[in-house]
Order: sequence, then C-alpha cells, then structure tokens
Amino acid sequence: MTVSHTSLRSGMGILAEERFDAIVVGAGPAGSAAAYTMATAGLKVALIERGEFPGAKNIFGGVLYRKQLEDLIPEWWKEAPLERAVIEQRMWILGKESAVTFSHRNERYKEPPNAWTGLRVKFDQWLASKAEKAGAVPIYETVVTELIRENGRVVGVRTDRDQGDLYGDLVVLADGVNSLLGKSLGVHKEWAPDEVSLAVKEVIALPKEKLQDRFNLEDNEGCTIEFIGDTFGMAGLGFMYTNQDTISLGVGVMVNDLKKKRIKPYEVLDAVKQHPSIRRMIQGGEVKEYSGHLIPEGGFTSMPPLSGDGWMICGDAAQMVNAVHREGTNLAVASGKMAGETAVLAHQRGDYSIKTLGEYDRNVKESFIHNDLKKYRGIHGLFKEMNSDTLFGNLPQALNDAAYEWLLVDGVFKKEKQKKAIRTLRNAAGGNIDLLRLGIKGWRAING
Amino acid sequence: MAEERKKPAVGLQPENEVDWSDYRGILVVVEQRDSVAKKVSWQLLGESKRMADKLQAPLMALVIGHHVEQLAHEAVYYGADKVFYCDSEELKDYRTRPYSKLCLHVIRQYKPEIVLFGATYTGRDLAGAIATHLPTGLTADCTQLDVNEERLLMASRPAFSEKMLATILCKQFKPQMATARSGVFQALQRDETRTGEIITVDPQMPENEIATQVLEFIESTQGVNLEDAEVIVSGGRGLGGPAGFKVLQELADALGGVVGASRPAFEAGWISHDHQVGQTGSTVRPKLYIACGISGAVQHTVGMQHSDYIVAINKDPEAPIFKIANYGIVGDLFEVVPALAKAMKSRKKGNPQGVGAVIGDAVAAAQSVHN
Amino acid sequence: MLHIVVCIKQVPDSREIRIDPKTNTLIRQGVPAIVNFYDLHGLEEALRIKDEFGARVTVVSMGPPSADKALKQCVAMGADEGVLISDRAFAGADTLATSYVVALAIDKVGKEWGPVDIVFCGKQTLDGDTGQVGPGVACRLDFDQLTYVEKVEHLDDSKKEIIVHRHLEDGVERVKTKMPVLITALAELNKPRRAALPGVLKSVRYQPVVWTTNDFPDIDRAKIGLKGSPTIVGKTWVPEPKKVDTQMLTADSTDKLANELLDSLFGTELPAKLGWA
Ligand SMILES: Cc1cc2nc3c(=O)[nH]c(=O)nc-3n(C[C@H](O)[C@H](O)[C@H](O)COP(=O)(O)OP(=O)(O)OC[C@H]3O[C@@H](n4cnc5c(N)ncnc54)[C@H](O)[C@@H]3O)c2cc1C
Ligand SMILES: Cc1cc2nc3c(=O)[nH]c(=O)nc-3n(C[C@H](O)[C@H](O)[C@H](O)COP(=O)(O)OP(=O)(O)OC[C@H]3O[C@@H](n4cnc5c(N)ncnc54)[C@H](O)[C@@H]3O)c2cc1C
Ligand SMILES: Nc1ncnc2c1ncn2[C@@H]1O[C@H](COP(=O)(O)O)[C@@H](O)[C@H]1O
Repeated sequence: MTVSHTSLRSGMGILAEERFDAIVVGAGPAGSAAAYTMATAGLKVALIERGEFPGAKNIFGGVLYRKQLEDLIPEWWKEAPLERAVIEQRMWILGKESAVTFSHRNERYKEPPNAWTGLRVKFDQWLASKAEKAGAVPIYETVVTELIRENGRVVGVRTDRDQGDLYGDLVVLADGVNSLLGKSLGVHKEWAPDEVSLAVKEVIALPKEKLQDRFNLEDNEGCTIEFIGDTFGMAGLGFMYTNQDTISLGVGVMVNDLKKKRIKPYEVLDAVKQHPSIRRMIQGGEVKEYSGHLIPEGGFTSMPPLSGDGWMICGDAAQMVNAVHREGTNLAVASGKMAGETAVLAHQRGDYSIKTLGEYDRNVKESFIHNDLKKYRGIHGLFKEMNSDTLFGNLPQALNDAAYEWLLVDGVFKKEKQKKAIRTLRNAAGGNIDLLRLGIKGWRAING
Repeated sequence: MAEERKKPAVGLQPENEVDWSDYRGILVVVEQRDSVAKKVSWQLLGESKRMADKLQAPLMALVIGHHVEQLAHEAVYYGADKVFYCDSEELKDYRTRPYSKLCLHVIRQYKPEIVLFGATYTGRDLAGAIATHLPTGLTADCTQLDVNEERLLMASRPAFSEKMLATILCKQFKPQMATARSGVFQALQRDETRTGEIITVDPQMPENEIATQVLEFIESTQGVNLEDAEVIVSGGRGLGGPAGFKVLQELADALGGVVGASRPAFEAGWISHDHQVGQTGSTVRPKLYIACGISGAVQHTVGMQHSDYIVAINKDPEAPIFKIANYGIVGDLFEVVPALAKAMKSRKKGNPQGVGAVIGDAVAAAQSVHN
Repeated sequence: MLHIVVCIKQVPDSREIRIDPKTNTLIRQGVPAIVNFYDLHGLEEALRIKDEFGARVTVVSMGPPSADKALKQCVAMGADEGVLISDRAFAGADTLATSYVVALAIDKVGKEWGPVDIVFCGKQTLDGDTGQVGPGVACRLDFDQLTYVEKVEHLDDSKKEIIVHRHLEDGVERVKTKMPVLITALAELNKPRRAALPGVLKSVRYQPVVWTTNDFPDIDRAKIGLKGSPTIVGKTWVPEPKKVDTQMLTADSTDKLANELLDSLFGTELPAKLGWA
C-alpha cells in the first residue's frame, strides 16, 4: 500500500469513524480479561482474534484457578463452562515400569473450589463473550499482521483484511507465547530453544462412570496428575487431567532437548501412553483431539519490558508462566486486568505515553506475578546447568529402584537396604558431591 | 410478460378436500437431448415396471421435445403401457415454463399416482417447478424406490453427506413425486415386440409467451460427465503432478472410461473441479472404479463406494482404500497403470499373441476365464 | 437500481456430522453452523453485480433466531439488509412449505424496498440437499428460473436481460431471459470474497430485520411448518458398510500383475456390461 496512514485515516470515511479507545490483539485469557476490564469501564474496545472464534485453536493442560478470575468476575465459576473441581493433585515419578507417587486430596478444596479442569475451546469463548457483552467489539478470523506506528508511538494495527487498518489510542498485546508483534516492537527476541517447551496433548474420551472409577472420583470431583521421568531423559513434565468424560493427557519437553535428541514430541507422548501406570488409566479411550503448543519457560529472566508509548503486553506474550505450578491462565487474566485498568487510567488522563502506561509495569511488579516468577527464577538456570538426563532420566529411575529395593521383602537386613537405596540415588546423581550440590541448587531455585 | 409483471402466485395450493382415488399408475418423464433419451429414463421405466405390477396399475411415460416420435415408441419397448407424447418446435430445448405447463396438463388430465424424473439437472429443475404448482410432495435424488400395500411410494435417499438413508413418504397428496439417480436402477431389456398406447398431447404454451431462450448448447469437450460414466480411473495426490493424469487417461481410454480425481489433485490445479469425486465433488456409481494414488479418506470414498467394482493401486499397503476395494495392487502407479493400459489394449485388439511374448501363460489363463 | 435478493440458509456443516456407531443416530453436537456454502456463491454473484451496476442486495433466510449470525456474515461481506423469517410455526417445513414462506418474504421485501429483479438461491443445501426450494420459490413468484448456473455471461440492467451458462451433465447451455429471474448458484460461479474490515465492523452492530407470522397478515397457516409439509420422513438408517473381500494381487512382474488384474475383471460380468468382450 502506497498511501500513508494519515491520509488513509482521513480519506476513507469508515476508518475515520471507527476509532477505538483501545485495541486488544488476541482473545485468549489475557486479551479477553483486558477487553472486559476496559469495556466495563466504558471504553470503546476492539478485540481482535485470528481464530474462527476465541479458543478455536487454543490449548492448555487444563487447570483454571479461582482467585484471579474472581477478582475480575465475582462467582465466575457459576456460569463458566468448566469440567471438574480439582480435589486431588497427584505427583508421579516414573521409572521404566514403576512409579513413586505422592498426592494430596482434601475435601476443603470443594468449598469453594480452588481450581477446575477445563477446555480452552469452551472457556475462551465464554470469557470473550463476557467482554463482548460488556461492549467490546469482536473482530474474529482476523490476523493482526503489524503494528502501525507514528513517531515511535503505536497508534493502531494492520490486519489481513481489505481496508484492514484500525486505529486506537493504545494497543494491548495479548497474542500469546509466539508474540510476533512483541518481537516487531523489539521488546523481545525470538525465544531461545531453552526458553520454551513444546507441549503435545491429546483429549481422550472415556465413559464417565469408567473415568470416575479409575480416578476415584464422585460427581463433579476432579483430579490432576503431574508426572516426570520416562521422557527419554529430556527436561519435561507430563500431565493427565480429568474432564467430564475425557482425559487431557500431555507432555511438555524443552525445545533444546528435543533438538538435541532428535525426538519428535508425539513420540514422547506415544511412549508415555505405554507406561503401565498411564496405560491403565486411558485404556479403551478414544482419542478425540490432538494438538501442540509452545509454553514459555523462561520465567522471570525472560520477561520483557511490559509497556511503551501506546502499548502494553500481557500474558504468555510477556512470558508470564509459572512452570513449576503450571499456572499461566491466572497470570494472563491478572495481567490483562492490570493492563485494562491502566488503560482506563490513561483514557481518563488522555495520556497514552509510557508515563502513564508504565503504571502497568509497576503494578505487575507488586503483584504475585512478579513475586512468584522471581522466586522460581533459578529453575531455568538449574535446568540449563544440569544435565537433563540426570534430572529427568536417571534420578526418577533411581528413586524408583530405591523404593523397590526398600519395599522388597527378601531377608536382606533393612540397614543394608537403606545403604543400597542411598547408593543408587548417589550414583544416579553422579556421586556424593553432585547429589549434595543438586540438593542445594534445587533448594535455592525453588526458594528464590 | 416481462413488461407487465403478473401478480405473484405466492399462495398456489390445492383446492380443498380432493378425492385422490382416481389417481392411478406411474408416470415417468423421459428426458432427451437431440432426440436421444437419457439412460436414466429407461432405468426409471425398468424400476417402475416392477412397482406398477405390484400396484396392478399402468406404467406411463411422457415424451416431450421436437422430432421425438421415435422416443415414444422406445418408451414402449422399455416397458411403458401408455405414452403421452408432445412434439413441437418450441419444445426442442428444455425450458422450465413450457415443459412444466405441459407436464401439469398431463398429470391433471391423466392423474398418475406416482410421477418420477431422473435426478439430472434438468429433471430436478422441472420436478421442483411442477411439485410446487400441483402442489405435492417431492423427494429428491432417490437411490431406492418401492411401493407398499397402502399404495404409498417409499422413496429412499441419502442424507447428511451420504452418511444415512431416509425413506420419505407423501401421504396426503397425489401424485407422489420423486427424482431418482442415474445408474442406480436397471432398465428392462429393450423389446420391440412390446405394444402400448401412444397418446398425442398438444403443447400448452405458444413461443411468444416464453421469455427464456436457449442460445446454444456447448457440449463439453474437456469437461467430464462423471455421473454417467461406467468406468472411472481416478488419481490422487500420489500422481505428483498434472502429467500423471495423462497416464491415467491412457488407461481410461483403453477401458472406455473417463478420468476422475481426489480433491488434493483438483486443489493443486492438476485437473478441473468437474473431475473431482467425493463429498464436495461428484457422487459416482460406475461399474468399475480404479483408484490410483488415492489414500481412501472418507470424504473421497463416500463419493465412490457404491461402484460395482473397485480397484485400488497404491504404494502403501496400509492405505485405507484397500478396505473397500475388490482388487488391490500394492505398487507404483507409474508402473502398474501403463502396464494395465498396454495389457488392456492388446486384449481389445483380440490379439493376445502380440503380448504373449511378454506375459506368457498369463494370457492363457486370461483366455480360459474369458471363454 | 437493481434489487437482488439472496436466499440463504444456516446449516450444520454436515460434512462434520458423524454417526454414533452404537445408536445409529447423528451426532450433531459440536457441529458448527455455517452459511450453506452454495448460497455464499449466490451472494458473491449478487455483490459482483452490485459492484458493477450498483444494486441493492437483500438477504433472506428462514430459520431459528440463532441464524442471525448467518445474516450478519452476509452483511459483513457487503449485503445491504438481512431479513430473518423466524417463527416456531415455520419449524419442520419441507421444501414445499419452505418455498411458500420464502416466496412470501421476497414478495414483502419487494413491497418494502422496491421490486425484485433477481433472486439467487444456492444449488442445494447441505442438510436438505434437494435443490427444490429455488424452483419452488420461482414458481410461486412466477419468475423465470435458471438453475445450476455456473456463469453470468451478460447482464443488461436497463433492458433487464440476463445471459447465463447453465451447467448440465453433458455440457453447458447458454440461456437468455428477462428479469425478474431466479438463479440457483453452483460453486463454479465465483469465489466468495473475504469480508473487508469495515464490513466486519458494520456487521458486529448490525441487527437483521426479523419477520414472524404476524408480519404476513394473509399467510395461510395450513401451508406452513410441519402441517404444510406433504413429505414425511418414514425411517432413517445407516447403510451397512459395503463388505468386500479384498483380493490383493501380487506377481513378480508388473506386466503379470496387470494381466492378473485383467483376468480377474474379465472373470466378472464387467466385460459383458461394458462391451469389452
Ligand atoms: C500444554 C499446556 C498446558 C498448560 N497448562 C496450564 C494449566 O493447567 N493451567 C494454567 O493456568 N495454564 C496452563 N498453561 C498456560 C496457559 O495456557 C497460558 O499461560 C495462557 O493461555 C496464556 O494466555 P494468553 O491470553 O496470554 O495467551 P493465549 O492463550 O495464547 O492467547 C493468545 C491469543 O491471541 C491470538 N493471536 C495470536 N497472534 C495473533 C494475531 N497476530 N492476530 C490476532 N490474534 C492473534 C491467538 O489466536 C490466541 O487466541 C498451559 C499451556 C500449555 C501449552
Ligand atoms: C470438508 C471436506 C471435504 C472434502 N471433500 C473431498 C472430496 O469431495 N473429495 C476428495 O477426494 N477429498 C475430499 N476431502 C479431502 C480428503 O479428506 C482427503 O484429504 C483426500 O481425499 C486425500 O486425497 P488423496 O488420497 O489424493 O491424497 P493422500 O491422502 O495424500 O494420498 C495419496 C496416496 O497416494 C499414494 N501414492 C503416492 N505415490 C504413489 C505412487 N507413485 N504410486 C501409487 N501410490 C502412490 C500414497 O501412498 C497415498 O496413499 C475433503 C476434506 C474436507 C475436510
Ligand atoms: N430456510 C431457508 N431460507 C432461505 N432460503 C432457503 C431456505 N432453505 C433453502 N433455501 C434456499 O434454497 C436453496 C436450495 O435449498 P434445498 O432445496 O434445501 O436444497 C438453498 O441453497 C437456499 O438458497
């Protein structure tokens, strides 16, 4: 196009008319939360989403938390499409054909629930519909191809439709982990392979009664299982969540490990499905969906600046994921809300420069987002330094071997058994010193 | 008529409480072009003969066109007891108004209880207009027809992209109408000794009342008539490019057939859309369907699974197309297809010796089957 | 100015409907509702005529309230107005009853916004799959009908003449007629456009005109909905998947393989039927 933006704006009636107070790119949890906040405050908001409808192509593991959405929409769970209320969380450490498991189950998680399992296709549609009802203008099946800038300020977006430029006082970038727009702003670089993991997930259908029996659940109770080990010695985490009559099963593996080992992510998932502990849970189920997605894993160290003249960035696009606690949607919602609130402030002041929008940066810094991510900032370094084979292959296996030895009744003295078990673990870690070092590092990584 | 618009006839409906009891017999509307009847017309007569016998009612045919007298006799040879026949200059080409007016006249006067049309473009155009005028129920695109003790036409048709079949009835109106697919039913053996009554009908509409003019008919040369084809040699992504269709065309020529395609082959621009078989293409029922380099996705197979014989040629022994094939060959189509074309040509020449040197005793075996 | 009406129907994307193997019923859940895709070709042609000659394009659909989404989509693409004919009394209509109501609506559209010159329908719907509504509407409006049109060759808006190409099994027919005319559209007619952004914005706020039975004082209630439908569905069933004993042919040379296949084929009734013998 040879016409300059300004002449386009004044030259074509309809574009001049259609000016928005704010344009949100991406109708994921972050974008919809931002749009909802702004529209509720009376701002004229456009919500742009490339999918046929919000959530059409989005996936996640499946746990939605009560708290941050409650701050946005009181008692939201009474109307949102949810699967099951999580009352039990299990952790499995897998050996080749074995598992050491921990779990916590608590009736107190019911009233009110702490978290639910959910499916993005339904959830994203619902949250976006809240924004629409509040007055946000939905523009779907539309891809934002670039940001329009004037004098260094973001003033609008260009879309892939004819006559597709749209102008607004500010743009909220909530375009998810790949955030091409964030990259175009130069706020972050192409993610390095050790900053993102690739997750693949299947949704497996199972008759409701069977599912409830297998996972020991009643009514709307749900259970989550996280597992490590059995991922070909790559840094990775698996998950298995119960929905109404489906199971979400997936694994996420660091992209650098996949590259190094030349293994395809679905091969990992296929292998995991053969593990005796997992095979039993999904037996007889029918795979209904298959999908893959990147997860930002850089955490605190990878977070870009969050605002500039005419723009703010939130959710996955800003690497706001707490990998240790598999929290992401809640960080997205919280950051979207804060960005929305800052936009309202900017609108009141009539100032869309970083002076006002920087308020958003400051709010995030004081919130749980910043603090939680900061606490775990060492994790990323730990993975980087430590050999994945040790952490995700040898150690889980050794723990299983040790447990086997310990529980096997074969006349060997218990004292001997204990020694042997410790030896197994030490060897897996690469010796006494290394085991100690790993312990200290791990402790530090988790305790900030 | 274009100048002064008639008041819309929006509310066309029946006079109340009609006595349907004097409606008897089955009427097949014969479709023709240039005095050549469409095969489906004779096929419908064949199927209707069976039903008419069951109803103990006459089988009737309606022949419309110009220079079509011979077709009236043909209709008798193919089973009609009574043929209505209208020959007129302005009826040379099919046009909805004069044709439907004539059909309505015949139906109202001779009162058949069932009226059938081929589910061709023309047949559907005409049937849709007539059923509305009468008015009565019309079932589209049937693949099974029968009558029950209550003299009801049980017209069955595929629904939901061929995934289901549904039987449609029309209890309260007469005649009961349906269009039915070509190639599904069997025509009777043509029999010149059959006799029947031929009744001439006057055209019902003068030329100056007909706004529509057929300027010309362009017979398709590169286009293809898959629906009527008896042999289809189809190619898919496995062809790798437009050149692959030349190889298939050679085999199709040898077998007296035409070339079909899967959607990816069309989408890649290797061949035009009228060759595409499947859910978003044509539904075909040839006697022989040869699928070359086609994996057998359900969207393709719904369009061809009712072929009498299916042959699959595919490199991949696991390709799902083999599940529905009568004969399967695992191999490279670029080797197998030319070999087939060659072998077929030499058989047709009736000169098996010519290839004898190459194929040896296979020919002998072939001949023993042949005789 | 020409006035063009486009008839559209919102349909479940039947390509995505599956059959429950246990109960033999249709699984409609989660099947997206789309504008019947042939209808979009009709709309596109109307919009092209509008682009070239200037025309008013009114879209008409009979369906449930949720079909307003389909009309909005048409407005996004460039239609001027969308009319939703929606009433419980219309439910269960077959093609005869549908064409009655759609024709009434078009008649009313003509009275509200000027006489109608062209009506576009789709070749057929994905769910009804009959292609009968178009001819039915033409017949009731006393319009000439041109079905299965793959090209509009010529249009004279002052003489109100149109020349189109009708697709037939064995070729193409060039046909000329006078407006008013009803045309049913094939996919070959054109490629439907993607809505431009201003259209999308317009459609978001657009609310289609809704007409119920009350808007048709002269409507004959015996001719609408289930009551006005002469055809009834007797039974439905899922055809048995064709059972075939696949015979895999093998041989040590391609020529032998080819002949083995021909032997098999010549062993059937095919040569007799196809005149190979
Ligand atoms: C396998 C997996 C498991 C997870 N498990 C959990 C979990 O259990 N609990 C949890 O809380 N979090 C989980 N997460 C993380 C969570 O999904 C994300 O943190 C969260 O979805 C981020 O929301 P968002 O709105 O920032 O981005 P997204 O949800 O990615 O939304 C971005 C939206 O922007 C759209 N978009 C992108 N670019 C453009 C463009 N140019 N133009 C228009 N639209 C565009 C996209 O289509 C998308 O709809 C998981 C993630 C994965 C991949
Ligand atoms: C809504 C919808 C509608 C659709 N409608 C249709 C439709 O109407 N018709 C249709 O066909 N499809 C349709 N499809 C697409 C359909 O799903 C399949 O993608 C398509 O049929 C696959 O075509 P194919 O078999 O040619 O290609 P592929 O699936 O890629 O198969 C190619 C095959 O060729 C084999 N092959 C490769 N090279 C050779 C060789 N040298 N010799 C022998 N074999 C070789 C391969 O082993 C493979 O089996 C539709 C899809 C959708 C979603
Ligand atoms: N309910 C409806 N409302 C408006 N138009 C319709 C409706 N049903 C069918 N049509 C039109 O008639 C065409 C043929 O439909 P059908 O006879 O159902 O195959 C469709 O492509 C539409 O253009």
